[in-house]
Amino acid sequence: MNDQNEMLLEFESKSQNESFARTVVAAFAAQLDPTIEELADIKTAVSEAVTNSIIHGYADTKGIIKMHCVISGNEILVEIIDDGFGIEDVEKAMEPLYTTRPELERSGMGFSFMEAFMDELEVESNVGMGTTIKMKKRVGKQDISSN
Amino acid sequence: MRDAKKEGTSLKKGGEESTTYEICNRCLIIRLQEELDHHNAIQIREKADKFIDRNNIKHIIFDFSGASFMDSAGIGVVMGRYKKVIFIGGKTAVANVNSTVDRIFKLSGLYKIIEKYDTVEGALNKIQKA
Repeated sequence: MNDQNEMLLEFESKSQNESFARTVVAAFAAQLDPTIEELADIKTAVSEAVTNSIIHGYADTKGIIKMHCVISGNEILVEIIDDGFGIEDVEKAMEPLYTTRPELERSGMGFSFMEAFMDELEVESNVGMGTTIKMKKRVGKQDISSN
Repeated sequence: MRDAKKEGTSLKKGGEESTTYEICNRCLIIRLQEELDHHNAIQIREKADKFIDRNNIKHIIFDFSGASFMDSAGIGVVMGRYKKVIFIGGKTAVANVNSTVDRIFKLSGLYKIIEKYDTVEGALNKIQKA
């Protein structure tokens, strides 16, 4: 009954891998029978987290980003893990419209979107050690009662 | 899958730039042909700014009919172009926005400063009459 499935993907911190990561998470999440909207939510959150790893975590240097996904029941856990510079002040970084890279026209909405589109968001970061973003989303919430 | 298949999850060819730019009077129409993420944003921003600076552009219309996805990088692109033309009284508009992209715009609050139209023609008519 409680179907569980897991996957791990590793890729280089290149911007063309942003769409690759979105495509992979969408394909993996498809088994939860999501709506277009739910799928878009997950893709957007992953896009934000992976972009953060590329331009902040590795600051456009070469590094490896891991995407770890676990499906259990009607819930998907997505972890985006980098071994980059880490975030000095996580609270500050998560403030809406806050950005350290205004010259890149970053809107400062990455974390806000992750929070808005996923049900749970957790950020673990240590300077010099890297950052792990943990996000959970329950898909097809309307079916919970019939489970 | 219930209805997610229609969304399409095709892989893009790396680095291919297919967004087109068209000038109508002093209005720049940017016809997006790719997902508007950080990767594509860099090229679009550079190209759009060249057109804006060289052609005395006043208004900007983003045509989203070829862009099914956008994240916060897209907000940066639209807001950045808005800032370039607002000082000369220019307007920024978006057209042919699907529901996925529409939600991002709504959440960002950008509709307070840019206008949404069903079609590019509709946007052109309204903007050039103003």
